[in-house]
Amino acid sequence: MRTVAMEQRKKIHPHKFTLWVAIASILMMFAGLTSAYIVKRNQANWLSFELPIAFWYSTAAMIASSITMWQAQRKFKNREIPAYRSLITVTFILGLLFVALQVVGFTILAKNGLPMNKNVAVSFLYVIVGLHGAHVVGGIVALMVTFAKAFSKSVRNYNSVPVDVMATYWHFVDFLWIYLLIFLLAIR
Amino acid sequence: MSTSAALHHEDLHSAHDAHHEHHHHETFISKYVFSQDHKMISKQFLITGIIWAIIGGLFSVLFRLQLGYPEATFPWLEDLLGHWAKGGKLNPEFYYALVTMHGTILVFFVLTAGLSGTFANFLIPLQIGARDMASPMLNMLSYWFFFLASIIMFSSLFVQTGPASGGWTIYPPLSALGDASSGSKIGMDLWLVSMAMFIVSSLLGGLNYISTILNLRTKGMSMTRMPLTVWALFFTAILGVLSFPVLLSGAILLLFDRNLGTSFFLSDIVIGGKILPNEGGSAILFQHLFWFLGHPEVYIILLPAMGMSSEILSVNSRKPIFGYMAMVGSMFAIAILAFLVWAHHMFVTGLNPFLGAFFVLLTLLIAVPSAIKVFNWLTTLWRGNIRFTPAMLFAIGFVSMFISGGLTGIFLGNSALDIHLHDTYFVIAHFHIVMGVASFFGMFAGVYHWFPKMYGRFLNNTMAYIHFWISIVGAYLIFWPMHYEGLAGMPRRYYDFSMWESFKQFGGLNEFISFVSMIVFAAQLLFVFNFFYSIFKGRKVTSTNPWGANTLEWTTPIRPGHGNWPGEIPEVHRGAYDYGKDGREFISQIEPVGENESHH
Repeated sequence: MRTVAMEQRKKIHPHKFTLWVAIASILMMFAGLTSAYIVKRNQANWLSFELPIAFWYSTAAMIASSITMWQAQRKFKNREIPAYRSLITVTFILGLLFVALQVVGFTILAKNGLPMNKNVAVSFLYVIVGLHGAHVVGGIVALMVTFAKAFSKSVRNYNSVPVDVMATYWHFVDFLWIYLLIFLLAIR
Repeated sequence: MSTSAALHHEDLHSAHDAHHEHHHHETFISKYVFSQDHKMISKQFLITGIIWAIIGGLFSVLFRLQLGYPEATFPWLEDLLGHWAKGGKLNPEFYYALVTMHGTILVFFVLTAGLSGTFANFLIPLQIGARDMASPMLNMLSYWFFFLASIIMFSSLFVQTGPASGGWTIYPPLSALGDASSGSKIGMDLWLVSMAMFIVSSLLGGLNYISTILNLRTKGMSMTRMPLTVWALFFTAILGVLSFPVLLSGAILLLFDRNLGTSFFLSDIVIGGKILPNEGGSAILFQHLFWFLGHPEVYIILLPAMGMSSEILSVNSRKPIFGYMAMVGSMFAIAILAFLVWAHHMFVTGLNPFLGAFFVLLTLLIAVPSAIKVFNWLTTLWRGNIRFTPAMLFAIGFVSMFISGGLTGIFLGNSALDIHLHDTYFVIAHFHIVMGVASFFGMFAGVYHWFPKMYGRFLNNTMAYIHFWISIVGAYLIFWPMHYEGLAGMPRRYYDFSMWESFKQFGGLNEFISFVSMIVFAAQLLFVFNFFYSIFKGRKVTSTNPWGANTLEWTTPIRPGHGNWPGEIPEVHRGAYDYGKDGREFISQIEPVGENESHH
């Protein structure tokens, strides 16, 4: 049993690997949307507009949350549980702040006369940024689970896999947002 | 660092042991309903798929009734369908709904979930030597998302305005505007929501299949020793994971267009004399998003059938599969090309002919790996010691269908010929033979071959032989004549051909096709009866390896529990196809290589 299980383990934990495949899959969805965006932009009736300032603040929150997540992961591995708990809490709050700022951004857009159905360019922004936001919300739900776990028991189990999976996903939504922001700024 | 690594190893280890112990304390709910055992989930997919196949098949019989007997009325239809068949004659709107739902159900719910869901779940852990999937929890969720999708799609059949009716390809603007037809109303929304659930299910399944194959193979099971079924299911999962999200993005954009007033796919539309405000959208954009999934989807359906047929042909010819690495390589080539040919569905949309030429070239290139596979199957059979089990007959039938249907693909892949053949019965004939019937045959082969492993009993052979011969003869009688109709320009999706002078000549032929389709449908019901009857009353399996096969699933007990092997997982010492080697009929993968053993 032991030898077989050892053999099955390989270099990467299956759950971590599954996450990487899931990331590839999510990327394909955004590849579909952004390529549709490019195709549409080269056709008639495209409106060019400025992104709301709130998106810059949300970007700052997202980057900050990635840093706190990274630190939280380190503290967990060094078994500094109180520090880990507070860093996870900060990450969680920054995640909520990000989503709130995205919503503020869309409210500003709508106020400035750019509601979703104004032009296909605006519609794309709503869908692409909105779907990214949905993925962040998914991450926040997972963070809540991590958060609850960090506080519920006295964290006797030092299995780092769930924390690693959480951190990888969180950095992924961060990178995805930065990519999307650059994409939306460069191709208007 | 090393301590934490060791700790996580320890944790994984206990997880493995936990699996192993599972079957000791199971309730009815945890064993049959919310099961995390890959074998039970596989059966759930299979039985749900069979129920869908009966519904989808029945729909085709109903619309064939209209096509074969356009003048006749059937009072019982009114009893069955109510206002959709007033006076015993199918309502044209409902005819479209039947065609749409037939396609949706068969392509997605039966030949994707029912086929991949069943056999990827059942065979991957058993054939690579794993106790279960990488994440049994996600695996269970995969089935229950499929179940949810099924419930939503099924309920759409009963809404007052009817289910979606814009064709299984749901092209806008028909699918984007509620006022376009009665099937474009709530039925269409339910279709989209159901498909979103379905896509989530496919993705969760696919993720699991890929990580299981790459991470949980037993000792000695290198990639090049894996049975071809596992390779096929591996490529299928990769295709699904990379192409379904693109369809999801298209479906989301369509939902926005339908319900939130956006114009991704809509522009300059006048409906009922009213000009719509939508501007700037492109209906063609949807077709790109749809077919970027839609074409790989063909291979998502076909590859598992190819893999299972390869395995069954080799086992029942008592010969190694011819050209193992060529088989793997050609599946890899097919998987790559699957992503590069989607625009061949769009030759007549005004696509730049220069661009079309590239898609023609890439499309015709698929003939190369396909031909490699066909020749390898034939050379596997060549001078084999063939046992004509029902599974073997269906596997040979698969090869026959793949050749017949594949050849017409070469016609359709030419953009110039496609101008004439597009949207005719030639296309119907082509994809039904190469994708529909061929994959069904692969699936039947798989069910007949692995049923003893699933339920510990055999299916009834007499019923199986009747099922096979009616199915293969019937399938050719139904679809072969459609080529002629298509060449004569008879368009698909029409409700009544008797109104056209040029198509009246096909009245008798249409009647013949409809008649045969009913007989073939009845033969499928015989299979369904055989299936459920044999679960309870079939002849019991008495040996662990009834087919004399080499692969690992036949080293488990006759009815394996959760965890598959009661003791240690066996170690693998050789490839899956050592049949007829050194005068021995078969040599199991777990048998160490002898000192004087010859090389194949």
